[in-house]
Amino acid sequence: MADIFSATVIVATLSSGIRLAVPLLLASLGEAFGQRSGVLNLGVDGIMLLGAFGGYFTTLKTQSPWLGLAVGLGVGLVLGLLSSVISVSLLAEQGISGIGVYLFGLGMSDLLFQKLVGTPLPAASFQKSPIPFLSEIPVVGDLFFNHSIPIYLAFLAIPVSTVIINRTRFGMNIRAVGENPEAADSQGISVTRVRYAAVTIGGILAGAAGAVLAIGLGIFQQNLTNAQGFIAIALVYFGAWRPLGVMAGSLVYGMVSAVVLLLKTRGIIPLGASDLAAMIPAVITVLALVVAARRFRAPTALTKPFIRGG
Amino acid sequence: MTQLLEMRGVVKRFPGVLANDRINFDLRAGEVHTLLGENGAGKSTLMKILYGLYQPDEGELLIEGTPTRITSPIDAINHGIGMVHQHFMLVPSLTVTENVAMGTVSKRGRMNLRHVSDRIEELSESHGLAVDPDAYIWQLSVGERQRVEIIKALYRDVKLLVLDEPTAVLTPGEVDHLFKILRQMADAGRGLVFISHKLHEVLALSDRITVLRHGRVMGEVEAQDATREMLASMMVGRPVRLAPDKPPMETGRARLTIRNLNVMGDRGLPALQDLSLTVREGEILGIAGVSGNGQRELAETIAGLRKPESGAIAVDDDDITGRKPSAVRAAGLAYVPEERQRDGAIGAFSVSENMILVNHRHPPMSRRGFLRNGEIRQRSQQLVDDFSVATPGLDVPASNLSGGNLQKLILARELSGSPSVLLASQPTRGVDIGAAEYIHDRLIEQRGSKSVAILLISEDLDEILGLADRIAVIYEGRIVGEVDAEHADRQGIGLMMAGVSSED
Repeated sequence: MADIFSATVIVATLSSGIRLAVPLLLASLGEAFGQRSGVLNLGVDGIMLLGAFGGYFTTLKTQSPWLGLAVGLGVGLVLGLLSSVISVSLLAEQGISGIGVYLFGLGMSDLLFQKLVGTPLPAASFQKSPIPFLSEIPVVGDLFFNHSIPIYLAFLAIPVSTVIINRTRFGMNIRAVGENPEAADSQGISVTRVRYAAVTIGGILAGAAGAVLAIGLGIFQQNLTNAQGFIAIALVYFGAWRPLGVMAGSLVYGMVSAVVLLLKTRGIIPLGASDLAAMIPAVITVLALVVAARRFRAPTALTKPFIRGG
Repeated sequence: MTQLLEMRGVVKRFPGVLANDRINFDLRAGEVHTLLGENGAGKSTLMKILYGLYQPDEGELLIEGTPTRITSPIDAINHGIGMVHQHFMLVPSLTVTENVAMGTVSKRGRMNLRHVSDRIEELSESHGLAVDPDAYIWQLSVGERQRVEIIKALYRDVKLLVLDEPTAVLTPGEVDHLFKILRQMADAGRGLVFISHKLHEVLALSDRITVLRHGRVMGEVEAQDATREMLASMMVGRPVRLAPDKPPMETGRARLTIRNLNVMGDRGLPALQDLSLTVREGEILGIAGVSGNGQRELAETIAGLRKPESGAIAVDDDDITGRKPSAVRAAGLAYVPEERQRDGAIGAFSVSENMILVNHRHPPMSRRGFLRNGEIRQRSQQLVDDFSVATPGLDVPASNLSGGNLQKLILARELSGSPSVLLASQPTRGVDIGAAEYIHDRLIEQRGSKSVAILLISEDLDEILGLADRIAVIYEGRIVGEVDAEHADRQGIGLMMAGVSSED
């Protein structure tokens, strides 16, 4: 029991925390894009599940995790567009329509799994790609520079998104339609087009999140995400709609999950209580959210469909 | 002069309403052409058609002689049309530069904001539109925001600019300044459409005036040939008295006394500071000031909707400081709130339910917890008749009434309890001239009854000058000056509204 405080175990746990944070990070980053444009997409978890199945199934059949990831992105793109049609063009009530997308993803991914795979078979996973030199630094190297490429890319997406949102015309348009769509419209910005783009980016990232989760584990099962998509939505609020904040929230969740996992494998948490233990990351994340999220203001037009002249 | 715009026979129908009925309107380069009319006359609809926000059902639109279809704001912008909307089209969380750049930057992803902000500085210098390009919109005053809107139009070098009620939020001094800028823009060859219902402003700025009523053109006149009375009559469709007859009155005892009131605003900053007022029966005390200088907080505090930090408010000899609204009402206060749809009535309730809203708890309107329908209907019908509220019936929802009729309903209800003090906040804002005239007459009549003290809070200086016996000017939560109406002049009050105190 004392060895859980040894350097190796601590580093391994933290490193696994970083890996566990990634699906959440991708999903909530994507959700942040949509919400900055004024669209709340509650269907993230459903998109993740279908992305996860698509990624897993493709990898299983082709032995190529990269092809699997690509299919995950594609599934996310299609469902992102579908969510845009529902929320932006059909002006659906966003608090409800996303739940439909979620239930669709939940049921459909399980149905496809039962019909096409049946019994869980392990699939190939991403290889670790230690970064030359950096990965040899003691502790730090193992922690940050000894992961698979999708994990590096996910963390790279954070500064890239910050720049897109704050420094580009596209990002400014997203913020404008999320704060005051009437103003944006009167300036000649197409509110519809910008929201489609933002929500679709959200879909692609949610699909990627699912694929990375499934391929990382090498398996798929019913409700694989275990509602991580909903935690992702909460993290957007926790992260105050900013990529860096979203990353911080994801890391909290990932770290707590890793620690709980460690305690379970070491038998410190008894098997009988493992369902309870599984709740801990979500509970802690939600508590952190309640404490931290008060100071920031949501985009003014969040959840409000735009109707010209209305 | 070049013909910039011609709209011919424009028709726009909404379910149950003919908003524009064969309207002809034209604009030449270098002129200010005003669209004048009551709310709902069709001015905004016509301009929304011009800006591509609505599509006309019939009629045609010519830009510089060429028939054109404008299907979206992007189209309008590409034809050199700009619009300063009544509700500013700015994104508060972005800077001035970003707002100006929005929708204009080259199609490439990166923004060259430095270039935009240099141009803003040039424009603001050459047009006297002082504004800091790096400030965030939320940091700016309303006047400054409006300058940003005008700079937006100048930045795009519009040929034709529509201004929808641009003076509603400005002090008289700011209005003068705005008019100079607009005149300069017209002299430089642009065409301006000015939408307003303030007659003296229309006469001061316009070259031509087109009057609309119920979606139709009532006439087009040269501004130099027009008078206020003539324009008002065209708007309303009958002769109108613009200033109510106000007989001199002896004032009686003080009925509302406010001493050293300090109140916090919504953002935790002081909204009212050391404010003292006395209103006597038989008089109307007018509070003049630009929107957002503490008027709303003052009204809410008196009505018991906001707790003061310190100070005292008394109705007659009853201390009502910090009491809840029902206790304040019981002490004799009647309140006509600024946001009549939100605070003054319940839109989904019927006319008669709204009529008894404040006294439904007491006999004869209810007994042992049950509402008494017979009594209620009788009482409401009487009030509807007394205050000539135009309604199809007592059972229609109040949300169906026009602004003017809803306001009459609220006034009827508030006066029905024979109050000691009437607090009327923006009683005629957004109300048509006919109803405003009626409400003014009722206020003067109440003043004549000599039993009620009236506190009138209004951002419409004409209303204050026409009704009040004494005028107190509020600026940043303080009373900066108080004058007798006889000695009041528009310019002096305008200066005080801008914060120059009467002693300076």
